[in-house]
Amino acid sequence: MTVHRSLVTEALTVGYDDRVVVQELTLAIPAGRISVIVGANACGKSTLLRAMARLLPPRSGAVLLDGRSIAERPTREVAKILGLLPQTPVAPDDIAVADLVARGRYPHRSFLRPWTQEDEAAVAEALRMTDVLDLADRSVDELSGGQRQRVWIAMALAQGTDVLLLDEPTTFLDVAHQIEVLDLLTDLNRQKGTTIVMVLHDLNLAARYADELFAVKDGRLYLSGAPADVVTAPMVRDVFGMDARIVADDVSGTPLVLPIGRHHSRV
Amino acid sequence: MSILAAGRAVRLRRRTVVTALLGALVVALFLLALVVGDRIYGLADVLRVVLGQDVPGASFTVGRLRLPRAILAVLIGAAFGMAGTLFQTMLRNPLASPDILGIGYGSSAAAVVAIGFFGAQGATVSVVAVVAGLAVAFLLYALSWRGGVQGSRLVLIGIALGTVLLAVIQWVLTRIEVYKAAEALRWLSGSLSSAFWGDLPPLALAMAVLTPAAFVLSRRLSVLQLGDDAAAALGVRPNSTRLLLVLVAVGLISVATAAAGPVAFVAFLAGPIAGRLLPGASLLLPAAFVGAILVLGADLVGSNLLFTTFPVGVVTGAIGAPYLLWLIARSNRNGGRL
Repeated sequence: MTVHRSLVTEALTVGYDDRVVVQELTLAIPAGRISVIVGANACGKSTLLRAMARLLPPRSGAVLLDGRSIAERPTREVAKILGLLPQTPVAPDDIAVADLVARGRYPHRSFLRPWTQEDEAAVAEALRMTDVLDLADRSVDELSGGQRQRVWIAMALAQGTDVLLLDEPTTFLDVAHQIEVLDLLTDLNRQKGTTIVMVLHDLNLAARYADELFAVKDGRLYLSGAPADVVTAPMVRDVFGMDARIVADDVSGTPLVLPIGRHHSRV
Repeated sequence: MSILAAGRAVRLRRRTVVTALLGALVVALFLLALVVGDRIYGLADVLRVVLGQDVPGASFTVGRLRLPRAILAVLIGAAFGMAGTLFQTMLRNPLASPDILGIGYGSSAAAVVAIGFFGAQGATVSVVAVVAGLAVAFLLYALSWRGGVQGSRLVLIGIALGTVLLAVIQWVLTRIEVYKAAEALRWLSGSLSSAFWGDLPPLALAMAVLTPAAFVLSRRLSVLQLGDDAAAALGVRPNSTRLLLVLVAVGLISVATAAAGPVAFVAFLAGPIAGRLLPGASLLLPAAFVGAILVLGADLVGSNLLFTTFPVGVVTGAIGAPYLLWLIARSNRNGGRL
């Protein structure tokens, strides 16, 4: 059902006004896997993600989806292949959960093609996968932060894209809900083969959930690869400007970063 | 899945019923406006006039005076209602209706200048009013642009522009001959009293183009409501969609203002009233009905129920002003969030 898509940036340079944020960045997103972009604040990781979703035009270079420049393809056509959940989407007042999720079907509909069985099935499936089917008739305003984030993910799922980009999907959530959201995205990837690309702040969660990790520093790709190869003490020092010890995560076997601050050090 | 369909059916039924009731109220008030006046005609006579039969007495009063007035009321009410709710939804701000933003005053000021200084009349005045409405909208957009348009900045600049334009109108009125001032005064507060059949075709024609455009755009607006990034990800271009929405909404507000003057607060009130009745629904059609109800109702009250006759804009102003004060008082409590 899910088609494996190639998503590539080629010497991509992006900026706002006179400020260049992403510089000549080349990367290839592995199809059907989970990729996580990490980096310090203001390193350009969100900008990179937005450029990959055609929300920002490149200064130079290109984003290629299936080998064709994403900027030159009709935007509705791209919206059927590639979805993005932004950091702070806005829920209209008093909207019911099912109606909000249904807006994810926008690219598949048209003025002459109203609601179909296929749309209905996609919305139901998205609500079921994110475990918010019981909330379908509730107003989004009444939901807790964790529920609300699941509803937004449901909207992105209802879009039915083969590639899903998420900008910090775990911000504002407590640790249990962070794990819940990341588990949900992993389910989606494993069950449907959806290619997932997300920006995460938490390096340890990134190391746990990523198949491929991209470390970005000052708008350039510093290092990419499997978490075990990328998360090293020198990388953390260079990219985040912080000393750290890396140990094995007893639970997952992935690298675990122990930050070394100015206090608490026994070494 | 059946739970999902059932929930949607419940919401859809509620929306259909409430929208149908609003539509029925428009029809009822429309007929009442034909029946009531200095002289009351029976509903049977009125309906025969509407169907084109000749009824002594009623044919003139109802056919020539009340019918065009009632049709004008419905058209401008619907236009103000749709334009207001498009702006309010697009800018996510109940204060951001075109009348508060001074766009209606742009049309009025240009019309008053054209009448007073250039002796313009009839269709010329309407064209000038529409062009000026668009010009003010783009000036407003340009002044509020800082790499994007933020609702509250646009509202504040709009209020300031409106105040300037109001001052222009008043200055012009003190400068021109009295007989011209009387005609120009119509542009200061909305009135239906000079409605006649000749006014209707240009307005109806413009609305026949703008209304379908508004409905097509409202689908994109429902996605734009989710924020620019979410909309762009779903395949809606935020800036070009906003530009089209502004063009359509300003077009509606300007042609309505050109026909009847700036009927105060109808654009401002229609959307929020429709939103109270139909939370979470697309408000374009209900707001059009509410706008028509407000104008028809206010005109009925203004011409029949008070100790003297008032233009429709005075009555809608009296309804809208307390709501505006309430909104501002509430925003003070919310720490300035409008």
